[in-house]
Amino acid sequence: MIRKLFIANRGEIALRVIRTARAMGIETVLGASAADVASLPAQLADQVEIVGPGPSSQSYLSVENVVAAAVRSGCDAVHPGYGFLSENATFARAMQAKGIRFVGPDIATLEGMGDKLAARALAVEAGLPVLPGGEAATRADVHTRAAQTGYPLLLKAVSGGGGKGMRRVDRAEDLDTALDMAQAEAQAAFGNAAVYVERFVAMGRHVEVQLLGDGTNAIHLGTRDCSIQRRFQKLVEEAPAPAMPLEAREGIEQAAVRLARHLGYRGAGTAEFLVDATDFSFYFLELNARIQVEHPVTEAITGVDLVEQQLLVAMGKELTLTQAMIRPTGHAIEVRINAEDPDADFRPSPGRATRAAWPAGAGVRVDTHIGQNGEVPPFYDSLMGKLIVHAATREEAVERLGKALESLHIEGLPTTAPLHRRIVADPRFIAGGVDTGFLTGLAQ
Amino acid sequence: MTDDLPLTHEDIAEIAALLENSGYRELDLATRRFRLRVAKAEGGEGGLTQEWQWAGASGEVAAEAAVAQADPQAICSPLPGTFYHAPQPGAPPFVQVGDEVGPETVIGIVETMKLMNPVHAGRSGTIAEMIVADGTLVAKGQALMRLS
Repeated sequence: MIRKLFIANRGEIALRVIRTARAMGIETVLGASAADVASLPAQLADQVEIVGPGPSSQSYLSVENVVAAAVRSGCDAVHPGYGFLSENATFARAMQAKGIRFVGPDIATLEGMGDKLAARALAVEAGLPVLPGGEAATRADVHTRAAQTGYPLLLKAVSGGGGKGMRRVDRAEDLDTALDMAQAEAQAAFGNAAVYVERFVAMGRHVEVQLLGDGTNAIHLGTRDCSIQRRFQKLVEEAPAPAMPLEAREGIEQAAVRLARHLGYRGAGTAEFLVDATDFSFYFLELNARIQVEHPVTEAITGVDLVEQQLLVAMGKELTLTQAMIRPTGHAIEVRINAEDPDADFRPSPGRATRAAWPAGAGVRVDTHIGQNGEVPPFYDSLMGKLIVHAATREEAVERLGKALESLHIEGLPTTAPLHRRIVADPRFIAGGVDTGFLTGLAQ
Repeated sequence: MTDDLPLTHEDIAEIAALLENSGYRELDLATRRFRLRVAKAEGGEGGLTQEWQWAGASGEVAAEAAVAQADPQAICSPLPGTFYHAPQPGAPPFVQVGDEVGPETVIGIVETMKLMNPVHAGRSGTIAEMIVADGTLVAKGQALMRLS
C-alpha cells in the first residue's frame, strides 16, 4: 500500500497527481522550490517540503535535495510526474535505498530507456524498425556520423525528452553551433550533455502508443497523434491517431506491446514512433518511461485513470485491466496553452495571468494550475494548462475545440491560444492526419 | 487535509450542464480556499467559462520587466532568464572584451524555461564591456554587454 505520496514535480501535473491520490485516500506531500511555495499545488497538497531555490538545477533536478525532502516528509512513495527526475535511474535508486517506492518502471528499464541509444538497441532486439543514425561521443564523431546520415539531420540528447537538447541541422556549416546549443540544453535539462545523431524525416507524423504493464503482462491503450509541434515540443495531441488505416494503427500498437513485453515493463509508458505520412511505414523513436503531458486524451477515450493505474502497479498489484476491456470511444483532442508568444517565434513569456477564464462544458476538461493571478515563473517550462475536448466523432471534437477556444480568455501575458484558434480553423487540421511540418505552412 | 479539492473536471462539466439548462447566467461558488465562477461566455455564443481564484495562491513576480535601455551601444537580453557567457560550464566564453562581432554573432545564451536562447549581437562592433556576470538572472531588455 501507499499511505503518503511525495510528488517530485510542479505545475499542472503535480495537481493532477494530487487529485487521483486524494481520491484513493493517499496523503500527499509536494516537494516545491522556493519559487513555487505559493503555487496552486502547494496550496492543495496536504504537506509541502522545500526542495531548493527557484532554478531547477538546484531544486527539482537535484537528486540529493529531492531525496532529502522526501525522507524528511515521511512518505512511502514518490511520484516523479514528467520531465525533471522522472526518468532518472540514479534518483529512483536513491529513493529505493531509503525504502521509498518509485512510481515508475524498474531501474533496469529506466537505465535502458533513459539512454536513448540503449533504447534503440533494445527496440531492435524486440524486432522494431529504427531510423538510420546513432552514437556520437565527440565533436569529431558527430561530424563523421553526420556525413553518414546526410542533411537534414537531428541532434538529440542521449538522456533527452520533451524536445530539450534537440536541434535540426540543415547544413554542415551549422553543425558546430547547433551542437553547442543542443549540448548546453541537454546539460541544463538532464544533467548530461551527450547527444546522438539521427536522420530527419520531412514528411513524418508523430504517433505514440500508451502502454501499461505490471512486469509480466502488458497492454496498450491505443494511439495518440502528436504531429503538431514546434521546437520538437508538442502543441496539439489527439487520440486516436486520425486519418490512418486501422491495420496501420494496429501494427504500431502491436509493435509497442511487443517492446513492453520484451522489457517486462512496469507502470505507464509511451512508445513513440515516426510514421511516414505517405505509406504509414513506422520507426521506433523512444519509449518514455513516465506519464506523458498528453495522457488526458487517452483517458478521455478509454475512461481509464492512468495515474491511478501507475499507483496501483507501484503498490505491486497486477493489472486488472485486460486488452479486451480497453474499448476506446469517440475522439479527443488536447491543446497546450503555454506562456509563449506565437507571433515572436514562441518566445517564452513568464509573468502573471491577471485573468484566467478557461472553457467549461460538456466534453471539456481543463488541467491547469493557473487561476486568476497565477504566476508563471521564468525557471521552468511554459505550460500553463491543457484544454482537452472529447466527442463522439473527430468532426464534433474539432467543432467543440473551436468553441471552447473562443471562450478562453487569458490576460496579462501572451499565450499560444491565438495560434490554436488558427490551427482549429485550418482546413488541413480539420481534414486530419497532418505531418510535423504543419505549423510551418500555417496561415498567419 | 482539505475537503474542497475533489472538484474534478467531471464535476465542472456537471455544473456547466446545470447552468446551461437554466435561466441563470453564472454560478459563483466560494469556499474558504477558492472562488469558482462558471459563466455563460460574453456575447452569448453558447460557450461557458470557468474562472478560479485561489486564496493565497499568488507568488512574487520573479523578474520585473526592466525599463527599456536607453544606451544605443548596449546589447540587451531579448527575454528574462539566466544569462550565460559560455555554451557549457567550463567551456570558453562565446565572446570576450575586445572581440569583433557582427550582427549574427552569438554573444551568450539566455536560459528561459529550460530553453537555451542564443543572444545575437544585433549589429557590428567591438565588445567593450561585459555588464552582466555569467549565470546572472536578467530581466527582459536588461543590458548584457556594451559595444564600442
